Amino acid sequence: MTLALSTLDSLKAGQSATVVHLAPNAQHGGVDVQRRLMELGFVPGERIRVLKRVLGGPLAVKVGESTFALRRFEAAMVSIKAD
Amino acid sequence: MEQQAPTRAPARTPLVALLGNPNCGKTALFNRLTGSRQKVANYAGVTIERKEGSFTSPAGRAFRVLDLPGAYSLTAQTPDEGITRDVVAGLRAGEQAPDAVLCVVNATNLRLNLRLVLELKRLGLPMVLALNMVDVARKRGIEIDTLKLSQELGMPVVETVAIQSGGEQALLAELDRMVFAEAVKARPLAAIDEVSVEDTQREVRRILAAAVSTTKDTGNLTEKIDNVVLHPVAGPIILAALMFLIFQAVFSWAGTPMDLIEAGVGGLGEMVGNLLGEGVLHSLIVDGIIAGVGSVLVFLPQILILFFFILLLEDVGYLPRAAFLLDRIMGSVGLSGRAFLPLLSSFACAIPGVMAARTIQNPRDRLVTIMIAPLMTCSARLPVYALLIAAFIPDQTVAGFLNLKGVVLFVLYMAGIVSAMAVAWVMKRRSEYKQQALMLELPAYHWPQPGALASGLWERAKIFLMRVGTLILTMMILLWLLSSFPGAPEGATHPPIYYSVAGMIGRALEVILAPIGFNWQIAIALVPGMAAREVAVGALGTVYALSGGDEVGDLLAPMIAQSWSLATGLALLAWYVYAPHCLPTLATVARETGSRKYAWIMAGYMFGLAYAAAFIVYRVTLAFTGA
Repeated sequence: MTLALSTLDSLKAGQSATVVHLAPNAQHGGVDVQRRLMELGFVPGERIRVLKRVLGGPLAVKVGESTFALRRFEAAMVSIKAD
Repeated sequence: MEQQAPTRAPARTPLVALLGNPNCGKTALFNRLTGSRQKVANYAGVTIERKEGSFTSPAGRAFRVLDLPGAYSLTAQTPDEGITRDVVAGLRAGEQAPDAVLCVVNATNLRLNLRLVLELKRLGLPMVLALNMVDVARKRGIEIDTLKLSQELGMPVVETVAIQSGGEQALLAELDRMVFAEAVKARPLAAIDEVSVEDTQREVRRILAAAVSTTKDTGNLTEKIDNVVLHPVAGPIILAALMFLIFQAVFSWAGTPMDLIEAGVGGLGEMVGNLLGEGVLHSLIVDGIIAGVGSVLVFLPQILILFFFILLLEDVGYLPRAAFLLDRIMGSVGLSGRAFLPLLSSFACAIPGVMAARTIQNPRDRLVTIMIAPLMTCSARLPVYALLIAAFIPDQTVAGFLNLKGVVLFVLYMAGIVSAMAVAWVMKRRSEYKQQALMLELPAYHWPQPGALASGLWERAKIFLMRVGTLILTMMILLWLLSSFPGAPEGATHPPIYYSVAGMIGRALEVILAPIGFNWQIAIALVPGMAAREVAVGALGTVYALSGGDEVGDLLAPMIAQSWSLATGLALLAWYVYAPHCLPTLATVARETGSRKYAWIMAGYMFGLAYAAAFIVYRVTLAFTGA
């Protein structure tokens, strides 16, 4: 059993994980993007699952009962613990 | 004593603010409550739609209701959310502070929706929670204990089904129980940040655990559909096939109704012509108004078919999926994924498209979106395309099953899209580029609602007919005047229009336009065509009605097919992909960017592209047809 931390953008389609932490990325909207991600449900402890991803493009991520399309850099702000 | 009965202040009708996440069915509920008693305008100083309505409860009390833009949070990140925050907190100048907040939540997605409810609660306003889409939630095995939820949240909770007649009854009953004795004042916005986002989410989880249980796992149909629709290979193929089907349908379904309208217009012209006898009035009404307006009116069926599909795809929830699939392409030319929706609206009309760019946070990103929005093929181009395609593209089948006319239309739409991407790419290269956030919700699919679809189509038809009746009619009369006076001199060899004011302008412009194959008749039509693209079609109708072809009800398409070369027809098609024949759009761009500079840049680059494209198409076609 590994406890290695990674970020949401590294998950493959169909993989599930638990949100551990959100880090603002100063280059991409900083705390605003971080806060909005949390408001959409990406808060520590929440279960998430990658439904689909477009090659080189965005990911469709299920969080709670909602699905959001995130660009890869947005997904990279979410630290996760994969199942 | 005076506190016993609800004070029904004679002058004051309570104002209820309708607020909720995007995709919670808020607008459907607004429509259900208010019916047709709605006033749609803009918020002062900005181009964000303000929808207010009124209704009377079963107990006979009058209410005003304001449909606020959907928001995920009161910590606003878009101008729309800013409006919602300011209005609900009573901070927006010129807007009355609401007496109560009607918070609408999607019962199938409380985990997301309740967060906003808890945020709102901190403002201390009287609130009612409308648990919308309870029918869908029940079907999915989500059982919500409304009494318990009401206790946990400390506010009345009612179940609503906005898409069902009578689905608002419980809500009306609850509103009747409320007392609006005196104006309330919201607490300062800082109250929202008293609790962190994490703690709020923790509270949501606690409430859900107490009041909601999922009794059965019905499987998730939306996910199953998405497995196919968002599939890396199948997804894009489905998207392309859908787009293709739509353009095919625009041509193959519209034939009969268009024939009917054409026959009707021709018959009307003949009847009125016979009544009036020969003379100036005959010319104005038959050649000017009926020929001009009629040639635009005929495109109503095609516009309605196009919008039927756009509204249908929007209603079932497919459009955000299309944005998801196209995001990589958008990103590669430096556009935000959010640019998809403004650009898509631009297929209807660039003006709402340019306005919708306000939902893009980044100013540079927004500017690029605005600058390329008019390259999307708006519905006003459709009459022009349809006329030219009918006249110059043979009705034949290619590759076994495709209608060549539909293929050409598809190519024209693609030309606009590809050019827009190229322009965005050039603009991106000229400035420092940073990737923008997407964060786009992919809502659950649902069945389309015929009522909403019908009213959306009616709305489009109304807009089109209004334009035909006002702007286009005016331009046609003006054009007729300019085209009829002064009359032909003695011994004239050309039709009278050749010697008129419009004829003189047309012949002057012909000097510039001859290299791209346009004759003076086209040049005349392009001038009033600056008011709106489809005016050019009406103008051609008038110009040719006045240049001979004396038979009333003569069809425009065969007439131009006879008098223009194929090269001219195709060059005009290419011209219309780019040319900014729409002053209202340029005015909107100047207003939205706060400077005329960008309107001029837009006009310049679009005319430049139009001339270049028409030149190339004209010369290449001439080379092929051996003229």
